[in-house]
Amino acid sequence: MISTMECAVDAQSLISISLMKIHNSRTQRGGIKLHKNLLVSYVLRNARQVYIKEKYAEIYRMQQYEEVMTVCNEIQELNPLDLEAEDAEDEEQARTACCAEEASACGSPCHRGAAHCRAAGTVAGCSLLEDGCKEPEPSYYRSCCMEAPPAPLCEQCPANSSAHCNKTTVLDLDTHVVTTVENGYLHQDCCCDALQCGQSAQSPAKKRKVEFGCCASDAEEAPDFTAARKRAKREDCSYSAPDYTDTSNISNLISIFGSGFSGLLSRQADLEQICSKQALASLGAWTRAIVAF
Amino acid sequence: IAGPGGDMQWCFSQVKGAIDDDVAEADIISTVEFNHTGELLATGDKGGRVVIFQQEIEVQLQNNYSSFWKHPQFRKFDYLKSLEIEEKINKIRWLPQKNAAQFLLSTNDKTIKLWKISERDKRPEGYNLKEEDGRYKDPNTITSLRVPVLKPMDLMVEASPRRVFANAHTYHINSVSVNSDNETYLSADDLRINLWHLEITDRSFNIVDIKPANMEELTEVITAAEFHPHQCNTFVYSSSKGTIRLCDMRVSALCDKHSKLFEEPEDPSNRSFFSEIISSISDVKFSHNGRYMMTRDYLSVKIWDLNMETRPVETYQVHEYLRSKLCSLYENDCIFDKFECCWNGNDSVVMTGSYNNFFRMFDRGHRRDVTLEASRENSKPMQVLKPRKVCTGGKRKKDEISVDSLDFNKKILHTAWHPQDNIIAVATTNNLYIFQDKVN
Repeated sequence: MISTMECAVDAQSLISISLMKIHNSRTQRGGIKLHKNLLVSYVLRNARQVYIKEKYAEIYRMQQYEEVMTVCNEIQELNPLDLEAEDAEDEEQARTACCAEEASACGSPCHRGAAHCRAAGTVAGCSLLEDGCKEPEPSYYRSCCMEAPPAPLCEQCPANSSAHCNKTTVLDLDTHVVTTVENGYLHQDCCCDALQCGQSAQSPAKKRKVEFGCCASDAEEAPDFTAARKRAKREDCSYSAPDYTDTSNISNLISIFGSGFSGLLSRQADLEQICSKQALASLGAWTRAIVAF
Repeated sequence: IAGPGGDMQWCFSQVKGAIDDDVAEADIISTVEFNHTGELLATGDKGGRVVIFQQEIEVQLQNNYSSFWKHPQFRKFDYLKSLEIEEKINKIRWLPQKNAAQFLLSTNDKTIKLWKISERDKRPEGYNLKEEDGRYKDPNTITSLRVPVLKPMDLMVEASPRRVFANAHTYHINSVSVNSDNETYLSADDLRINLWHLEITDRSFNIVDIKPANMEELTEVITAAEFHPHQCNTFVYSSSKGTIRLCDMRVSALCDKHSKLFEEPEDPSNRSFFSEIISSISDVKFSHNGRYMMTRDYLSVKIWDLNMETRPVETYQVHEYLRSKLCSLYENDCIFDKFECCWNGNDSVVMTGSYNNFFRMFDRGHRRDVTLEASRENSKPMQVLKPRKVCTGGKRKKDEISVDSLDFNKKILHTAWHPQDNIIAVATTNNLYIFQDKVN
C-alpha cells in the first residue's frame, strides 16, 4: 500500500509530471537516459496504481447495485423460466445509481429508448429512428390520460422525453403500450405510435391503444409491475449502446411480462442471495459466473 | 571527526575554480580521483576536460585529439543514432604506477581513453630540419647532419592519449575499474559490462549482459561496477533496484549469474511513490582491505560485509530529513542526483556529499558523524571547519539551518580521500576544495 501521506501531490499530478519528464528526455542532449526514464516509469506506475484504485473504488461504489442487477438480468435471460422478482428498494437505489452513472456515461437518454424503438421496429416491421435520436424535449412528454400527440412529434424519441434519466420507457409489443417508469411511478405515454410513424405510411391513430388507465389505478400493482419495468430498465442501462438490438432478449422480457407476477415474487429471496453474493465478488468473478451458466 | 574530543579537525587548504556564481555548464566538475600515491589529483568536467593537480604544478589535458581546447565546434556525434554524445567525463581511474609515468583512464558516455602523464625536464634542441617558425625546410637545402642535444628546461607535465577504447557500449558508460592484475579493466554501461585489456583497443569481452530480449520487460539497470582491490577474478555491480551482485570470473566466461546477491528487504512502512528511485544505488566502493563494500543510495550509505548477503552491517543516514520532501525533489529532478562515496585510507571513516554544499563523514569505529560545509566564506587558509547542523523541526537553534533553507542547487556529488593522509578533495558545482586535518 503506497502511503500518500508523505507529500501533498496527488497521483494525477504525479502522472502528468512524470509524463512530462519522459517527453522532455527525448530532446535532451546525449540521448535518452535509460536509467532516469526507468525510474520515472516506476513513479508513473505507482501513481497510476493509486489513481486506478481510487477511481475503481469510486466507480465500484456507484455501480455496485447496478452490476448486481445486471447479473440478475443475465441469469434471467439464460434461463427465462427462472423468474425472479427483485427487491423494489434495491431497484430504486440501483436505478438512481444507474441513472447517475448513465447520465454521465451514456450520452443521450434517448438511446435507451432507441434500443427498444429499434427492436420494436424490427418486430413491427417499420423502420424507426435509424438516424439516431434527437434529444427529446421535455415539452413533448405526455403523461397518461392525455391525447395522443400530433404526428410531427413522432420524430421525437418517445422514450425519456426528459433529459433526466430517472425515467425510462418500455414498449409492450403485445399491447403496443409504451410505459414510462418515473421514480417508481408508472406513466403511460400515448405516443407509442411515434415509434411507427417515422417512415410508416400507416396511420398512427389506428394502432394507438391505451390499455391502461391513468397512473392511480395501477398504483397497487405498481411495485411488481415497476419491478418488471425496472428490470427492463436495467437491460437498458447496461446495454445502452444503440447497437444493442438483441430481439431475443426483448422477447424474453416480453414473456416475463406475460407470465404473471406471482412467479416473480416467489423467487425473490433466492435472487437476493445470489445478487448479494455477486455484489461481493469482483467484476472478474461476475464475468466468470455468467460464463459458467 | 571534528568535535569535542574528536581526533580530526578539518581545515581549509585550497580551492580551485572560478569564484563567480555564474557557472558555465562545461565547468561543472563531474569526477574527482586521487592516484594511488596521493601525489596527483585528477578532476573531470562536463566540458570533457581532465585537469590534474600536483602539489605545485597544475596541468590541463585536452580531451580530444587536437591540441585545442574542447569547445562546441568539436563535439562528437554518433552518426548511427544521430545523437550528440555528451563529452562529460563520467569517471577517472588511475592505474597503479609501473614506471616514471602515470596512467589514467577517463571515460565519457561512449569512449574510454588511456592517458599517459609524464614529466619532462629536458628538451631536445638543435634540429636543423625546421625553420624558426616551425616549417620544414626544403630537404634539398640541408647539407649537414646534426644530432639534437638535450637541454634542461622547466619541469613540465605533459599528457598524451595513448589508447582509445571506443564503440563497445550501446548505452551510457557509468563506470570503469582497473583490475588488480594491472592488465585488464572493466567498463560498465546501463545493461552491459565489458572486460578490456589495456593494450588492446579493438575488442573487448562482454562479461555481464542484463538486457532483456524484450526491452519492455526491463526492470533494472546497472548503476556502478568495481573490481575487487586484491582478487583479480572478483567484481561487483550495483543496480537501480538497490541490489549488488558479486561475480567470479572463474566460474564462467559470462557472469550473468552472480555468485552473491546483496539485498536488504524494503521496509514496507516506508513505501512511497518514490521507493524505487531512492533505493537505486548510485555508487559502490570496496574498502581498501577488500573485506567490505559501501553503497550509496539517495538517503543513506550502507556498509556490507562481503560474507553476509542478507543485510548491510552498518547503515548511515545522510539526510533523512529529505524523506518528507521527495515530491519536491522529484519535481526539480534532484531525486535523480547520483552521490558518490569514499573510504579513508584505513577504512575507518566514510564520506559522502549532500546538498547546500554540505558533506558528511561517518566514523565507523567511534560511531560519530559530522556535517561540514565547503564554501568560500570558510576559505581562509587553515581555517577550521565548523560542524553544521540541519534543523529538522521545532525550534531552530542558533547556527542551525532549516531544511527549507537548504540550497538544492549546491550539491556535492563527488568527494575523494587521499589514500594515506587525511587530505580530502570535495567538488562543489564548479569548485574543487581541498581540506586537510590540522595535525597534517
